[in-house]
Amino acid sequence: MVKSGLSLPLSILMTMVVFAGSAQLAALPLIVAGAPLWVLWATAFCVNLRFVIYSAHWRRYFGHLPRAQRLLLGYLAVDLSYVLFARRFPDAKPQLEQLPYFWGSAAWNWLSWQGASLLGIVLADRVPTEWGLGFAGVLALLGITYSLLSDKKTWIAAGVAAFVAVATFALPLKLNIVTAIAAAVAAGLLLERSFRDAAPEGR
Amino acid sequence: MIPAWYATVGIAGLAVVTVITRGFFLFSERELELPAWAVQGLRYAPLAALVAVIAPEIVLTNGALLSTWQDARIWAVLVGTAYFWWRRGILGMIVTGTAVLLALKIGLGW
Repeated sequence: MVKSGLSLPLSILMTMVVFAGSAQLAALPLIVAGAPLWVLWATAFCVNLRFVIYSAHWRRYFGHLPRAQRLLLGYLAVDLSYVLFARRFPDAKPQLEQLPYFWGSAAWNWLSWQGASLLGIVLADRVPTEWGLGFAGVLALLGITYSLLSDKKTWIAAGVAAFVAVATFALPLKLNIVTAIAAAVAAGLLLERSFRDAAPEGR
Repeated sequence: MIPAWYATVGIAGLAVVTVITRGFFLFSERELELPAWAVQGLRYAPLAALVAVIAPEIVLTNGALLSTWQDARIWAVLVGTAYFWWRRGILGMIVTGTAVLLALKIGLGW
């Protein structure tokens, strides 16, 4: 962040309040390029769409809590908290030990994430850019991607997204990301339909 | 230099986007039901967004497809990928991939 021309206070503000790694990675080049704000926010929204799905799941655990608390829990719940929590409590209903479990996981995650981010911001000038350490971020996102590939349909949709994103890379304003999402979602829905037609007993 | 007001407003908006997406179905006091096709479609959106962000970062250099095998990124991705499917660990994938990247970049000067 610091290296891309964002000042130190703004870099710290970004890591403290945005608190979403993949959205930050996607948003940063847009900020540097001076993209229109709506494109910046729409891209972050799309990258964060997975959290919309998680939130529907979270609601089954925390739906009985007051709204402010629900939103705070949701804001602190990142991918790892979701995956671990859903594995620890496969039954999607409220249980007494869920809140302590959540807070333990969320607090540790928040501290280590912010600590590592601040360290990165402070040390940014000590690490030469040509080492290409920024690519570690791509590897992290690739790992999350792999963990989302659950069946043939998701593999095909991912292939469509990759192809379209590269093929339309020349579009301005990073619109290749939006076109790739649209194409992959369309492909996914088509696959759902054809697979269902192929297996009529599933109706 | 990026205008400070632009970056500040942009970052504040990103924070709002984070709150909105993470709390999307936690906000309403009433129960919400989505149409089935929307639920199915949503399943693919996060995957697509991630792939769309990273695919060009891996196979493009200044907007052109890779034309050489002497690119540290390919080997970092291959090794990281192999590690992931072997151990199912994202952290180990980042560590092994980055190690390969640094070895090729600093060791061989790619």
